[in-house]
Amino acid sequence: MEKYLKDEERITLSLRSLYSKYGYLPYKMNKFEEYDLYAKNKDFLIGDGVITFTDTSGKLLALKPDVTLSIIKNASDESGIKNKVYYNENVYRISGGTREYKEIMQTGLECIGDIDLYDAYEVVSLARKTLEAISSDYVLEISHMGIIFAILNKISDDKAFYEEALECIEKKSTHEIKAVCAKYALSAQNEALLCQLATLYGKPSDVLARLDALDSEVCFGKYLCELKTICELLCKDGDSTKIRLDFSIVNDMKYYNGFVINGYINGICECVLYGGCYDKLLQKMGKSCRGMGFAIYTDLLSQLNTAKCGYDVDTLIIYSDTTSAQAVKEATEKEIASGKSVSAQRSIPKKLRYREIIEI
Amino acid sequence: MINVALPKGRLGEKVYKMFAECGYECPSILENNRKLIFENEEKGVRYFWVKPSDVSIYVERGAADIGVCGKDILLEYEPDVYELLDLDIGKCRMAVAGKKDFYDDNTKTLRVATKFVNIAKTYYQEKCRDIDIIKLNGSIELAPILNLSDVIVDIVETGTTLRENDLEVKEEIVNISARLISNKASFKFKTEEIENISRLLGKKVSEND
Repeated sequence: MEKYLKDEERITLSLRSLYSKYGYLPYKMNKFEEYDLYAKNKDFLIGDGVITFTDTSGKLLALKPDVTLSIIKNASDESGIKNKVYYNENVYRISGGTREYKEIMQTGLECIGDIDLYDAYEVVSLARKTLEAISSDYVLEISHMGIIFAILNKISDDKAFYEEALECIEKKSTHEIKAVCAKYALSAQNEALLCQLATLYGKPSDVLARLDALDSEVCFGKYLCELKTICELLCKDGDSTKIRLDFSIVNDMKYYNGFVINGYINGICECVLYGGCYDKLLQKMGKSCRGMGFAIYTDLLSQLNTAKCGYDVDTLIIYSDTTSAQAVKEATEKEIASGKSVSAQRSIPKKLRYREIIEI
Repeated sequence: MINVALPKGRLGEKVYKMFAECGYECPSILENNRKLIFENEEKGVRYFWVKPSDVSIYVERGAADIGVCGKDILLEYEPDVYELLDLDIGKCRMAVAGKKDFYDDNTKTLRVATKFVNIAKTYYQEKCRDIDIIKLNGSIELAPILNLSDVIVDIVETGTTLRENDLEVKEEIVNISARLISNKASFKFKTEEIENISRLLGKKVSEND
């Protein structure tokens, strides 16, 4: 049966099974949501351009550009309760290259509520298992906004500086960091600290050792402890070479405060998995609980070069105008019964690729 | 194998020389023929020449793992790539230029002719200046001379073209030079090779200083 599924469909099915095993419940949302929800949290959305329209009662609605906001809106905010959900939804966004609207299939999960360190590990671990379900040749990268913010905060309290510095860190541009530091008249020591942050990349054991040294200078022990525990547990789970720490991954500080994750698959030219811990977004939406999750863009999976079958059908049955329907039925059913796929035609279709031809 | 997108023209030739001096030579690239791709299997490098403004597209889309392009292209198209190194060559500046006797008194919408729409928009937005962008694809200096625009936003290298056409630089926007860029996904799977190239080129840049 699996041979009839597209890669995206096969992966989606296996992810559903994976998330269900860990107690995540399916979440289904409407195609439309009130525009207000997205307008209030515009910066949280990846990309701009929400498609809006007015419904019959005059309410401004939007074709959903994101799933997380809707899940947060509907999540319960009680002490001791965790909302664990997964989804497989189409979202509507402007495509970067063409600047045209695109329907994008997104699969992901969210864990919202009274969450703890185990939940953080579970989410990152499921992100890893998600990448594994797609390909064995993957890289999962982890960063921590708490550590990045602690370093920036030590250097300056100027918000304009944060923005410019983050932009350079995200590009791993040490030369641009030097220019920004010169602009804000920062010391050589602070410049070196920022350059070090932008280039903190590699195996967890190597990067954590470098972070230990930095901790005595900056003090982000609480976040470092969290990161260490997550990495330690992940490395015990399997191949630690596929886990990297990368502090050039930065997400909007208005929403994200904990770990941030990105996932890459060899053969796909861009990041396929995005996620992180977004407690600040929950606070902004009036909730006191915590939240984390991730999503993958399944439409990107079509870039993977998986082996393609050279035929559309196994058998092409050609019959004439005089052949009886009964004869065509019998010939078709005979082929299907032997496990073949069949196309019954009166002439050979130009674009149909077939393994064998039977004329009756 | 590392795929490198080089910008066609003088800048690309200089960049290739830097790569070759760092041990990534590919002699076939110097042959006078119509080949598009040049490979040195032993060195693990494959070069291809592309239009300078297309380098960032090849790299962002992963057709090239790394490439070299001007900062002007990065500011204009904002590709999602790593900008690993300033190669300190191909230096010029992005500037606002106009006729020597033009004075912007802020009383009317400023007509700006440019190839760099995004850079011009961002620059004037930060100044809260109302502008009318006129997108041109070449011979930008003609626009103020023929009164198509009040000013132009363009790259100025020596300023000779401006001077010969009675134009002058009014404001400088940003300094431009060639940058080494990398596809984000390639960086994850070819980390060692890309970091090595970046490190060697960085050393070369320091030596040239």
